[in-house]
Amino acid sequence: MKSLYVIVVGCGRLGAHLANLLSQSGHRVVVIDRDKESFSNLSSEAFSGFKVEGDASEPETLRQAKIGQADLLIAATREDNVNIMVALVAKKSFGVKNVMARVYDTRREGLYREMGLETVSPILLAGEEFFRLVYKALDAGGEK
Amino acid sequence: MKIILIGGGRPIYFLAQAFLGKDHELTIVNSDPLECSHLAGRLKARIVLGDGSDQTILEEAGARMADLVLAATPSDPDNLIACQIAQSRFGVRRVVALVNDPDNKEIFEGMGIGAISTSLRVASLIEQQLTFDQVTNLIPAGDGKVMISEVTLAESFPMEGKRIAEIDFPRDALIAVVMREGETIIPRGDTILGRGDRVLLVALSGSREQALRLLTGHGA
Repeated sequence: MKSLYVIVVGCGRLGAHLANLLSQSGHRVVVIDRDKESFSNLSSEAFSGFKVEGDASEPETLRQAKIGQADLLIAATREDNVNIMVALVAKKSFGVKNVMARVYDTRREGLYREMGLETVSPILLAGEEFFRLVYKALDAGGEK
Repeated sequence: MKIILIGGGRPIYFLAQAFLGKDHELTIVNSDPLECSHLAGRLKARIVLGDGSDQTILEEAGARMADLVLAATPSDPDNLIACQIAQSRFGVRRVVALVNDPDNKEIFEGMGIGAISTSLRVASLIEQQLTFDQVTNLIPAGDGKVMISEVTLAESFPMEGKRIAEIDFPRDALIAVVMREGETIIPRGDTILGRGDRVLLVALSGSREQALRLLTGHGA
């Protein structure tokens, strides 16, 4: 797989986890977060990318992260609106081909899809997994 | 007009007063319970408590019937999403966002959202004040798109001593008349402007600033 230039916005648990994984797999990663303390979530062994301290809803911050060169942007802050805006700006203003956003509020998913955004909802994913486990438990119980 | 105003703080309060003073029907959406009860006590507006970028709250605020939604919170992302939802979900024709970062103005406009940057606005007002001494008799025409101004040329200015044809004057602006020592001239390409001349400038709003800059040397 070719090495990608990836921007991860938000260095909380999810953002840092993704940044670690991507960096470890040989991709060039830049992480953006408003709070530099959050960079401590990055693993010193796995992560060899760059860190940018700043608000990603300000285009200048994205420029600092060299968004013009990015192959992929993942918006994973804890605020849905920030994620959506950053993803939209990356796609429409900076022409990033692949953008993904984490969203909590599943009611807005339809809207985001209309905007042409790829979204991942932790709540839907967790729901599906629980649902699967519930059925697995029920099936196992039924066989007894 | 039915207007929905999203946000809080003093700017919103005074904005609301201005809208109410012009007999608009106003709903304010604010996410702070305390501020909501304050606003409810002081303004003749409907107050809705909640997140203005939430579809349900916008619907409750009457977005379906609204003529204008103005999102003016301190968060650009919240303003953007509120406007997007108002536009795409409720078909509100005029949506305007306050942009806190002037850099976002163009981006919002690219998404079909009217954008006002307070800092850019204030900067341009101050600039206008600086040239005000030299610029008088402002007559708006053509629904306010055209402005006719009289400009007194003083000090040194970029166009001084040059023939009009030589100057890269904005397309949508015209020096219509030059008044010089009691003489009135309709200028041609070979007219040279000098200190003490008074000119009538006819300009579309987009070109006015640039034209004034060439004539006064201010606000570069």
